[in-house]
Amino acid sequence: MKITEKEVRYVADLANLRLTDVEVQRMAVELDQILTHVDLLNEVDTSGVEPMSQVLFDAPETATLREDRPRPTLGSEIATANAPLAAAGCFKVPLVIER
Amino acid sequence: MTGAEVAGLSVERIQTGLRGREFSAVELAEAALQHAEAENPKTRAYLRFSPDRALAAARRVDENLAHGVDLGPLAGVPIAVKDVILTAGLRTTCGSKMLETYTPPYDATAVTRLENAGGVIIGKTNCDEFAMGSSNENSAFGPVRNPRALDRVPGGSSGGSAAAVAQGTAVLALGSDTGGSIREPASFCGVVGVTPTYGRVSRYGLVAFASSLDHIGPFGRTVGDAAALLRTIAGRDEMDATSAFAPVPDYAAAMKEPVKGMKIGLPREYFEGLRPEVGDRIERGVEILKSLDCEVRDIAMPHTRYAISAYYVICTAEASANLARYDGVRYTIRSKYSETLSDMYRNTRGEGFGAEVKRRIMLGTYVLSTGYYDAYYLKAQKVRALVARDFSEAFREVDAIVTPVSPFPAFKLGEKMDNPLDMYLADIYTITGSLAGVPCMSVPCGNTPAGLPVGLQILTRHFDEVGMFRLAGAFERAGGSA
Repeated sequence: MKITEKEVRYVADLANLRLTDVEVQRMAVELDQILTHVDLLNEVDTSGVEPMSQVLFDAPETATLREDRPRPTLGSEIATANAPLAAAGCFKVPLVIER
Repeated sequence: MTGAEVAGLSVERIQTGLRGREFSAVELAEAALQHAEAENPKTRAYLRFSPDRALAAARRVDENLAHGVDLGPLAGVPIAVKDVILTAGLRTTCGSKMLETYTPPYDATAVTRLENAGGVIIGKTNCDEFAMGSSNENSAFGPVRNPRALDRVPGGSSGGSAAAVAQGTAVLALGSDTGGSIREPASFCGVVGVTPTYGRVSRYGLVAFASSLDHIGPFGRTVGDAAALLRTIAGRDEMDATSAFAPVPDYAAAMKEPVKGMKIGLPREYFEGLRPEVGDRIERGVEILKSLDCEVRDIAMPHTRYAISAYYVICTAEASANLARYDGVRYTIRSKYSETLSDMYRNTRGEGFGAEVKRRIMLGTYVLSTGYYDAYYLKAQKVRALVARDFSEAFREVDAIVTPVSPFPAFKLGEKMDNPLDMYLADIYTITGSLAGVPCMSVPCGNTPAGLPVGLQILTRHFDEVGMFRLAGAFERAGGSA
């Protein structure tokens, strides 16, 4: 076993994801199967290889930085228009701090 | 104009028709909408139609024509847009319950550009939830059926876009591709699907799945149609820092150049484990390339077998970060049963995401977590570099690489839903090009004896879409797609 149900619950917690008990059981089996396949990576000798985090081209790095100038924004009314609960241009959430 | 007439139109035919006053853009848009709505129950390719937006765009084309204003290259062309690409004021759900009522406040750059070119958006197409899947069965709004065989999947994740073009309800469609999500459905449905060079098309307004791998690209029934759409949407956009400055050539003109002497590599790793009925079609395709006086040779791409593992570590890691934003605060749904903020996040995400999205968030969170980062994520990024190196080394010897798109043709609905790993392996030939960021496409390569389409994949050097289209165009003209 590469991953236990206990670890699945821990990772779900990190991911802010509520899983049912049935989902936890199934997830443990499926992730185990996938992680076992991923172990193929250990066959590859990667000594001296730089990790590739982005597709890079031969362009000067600064070429992708645009000029820093102000521009109109959406505004808070439009930006909050899709929120489940919003008021006065703010997102509303359950109580965070006890009074 | 009848539905059958709409279904047979090409971009070029629409341009001559409009300019010769055979039909107006509004007539075409009305006929296309009617046809698409009538045909949709068969495949469920569309999640919703956009008649107001389509007719407004068509009216602009007709007014421009009446006033002698230059028409754009896509004037009047009915286009379907995958539902992960934002359309201002037009609901965009990503195939997810999480965004069921989300109405974007702005347009994706690709959408703006195709409408500026006269394109007419007729609807939004179904897809796997957040573009995660290879069969379109992960949509929260039900699967799409393959118009070529209704008991089979259209491929995924851009299954609706591929099905709409194959069914003839749209002339062109936009899709997105992270590991094969344009090429695989194009191959399953028998249409042309293009994943351009990473950075060729702005990702602004594409809902992020895995940012270092996400692409927007076109579908069409012919190579020329797909190239026309790519030319319109490609090019630098300051709203996407990864979009490239490289000039956008005239693909249509370049396509007419001969392919004689073009060097083509066949990586032997892509011909292992292939279903014979697919292998037969690809072999015939290669014979056609030889008959066009291309120099075909075998090449080696030794890291191919590690690509799936590297991909599913990297894409899930990026997805776990990108999808953190769906937490019940900003986007449309919130769990009703939460007293604390933390419960609200957890419950909303637990209720809003489907099984595959949860699986990928979990895998991605796991590989990024303390103690596993180096073993999985960093290792996968190094293997990605080696897969990319396979390509740069191959492209020193050859101008293009030709492979099958998928080891098998379209499979039956439900066939792979119980085995996530089996589903991931469907992407085995498309993932490598995604990791390297090279342009790649699926061009129809005939049918299996059972009548299921097979796609030939063409890959070329970074920004050499011209070479890719030239080869695909010559292949098509030589009858390779028949």
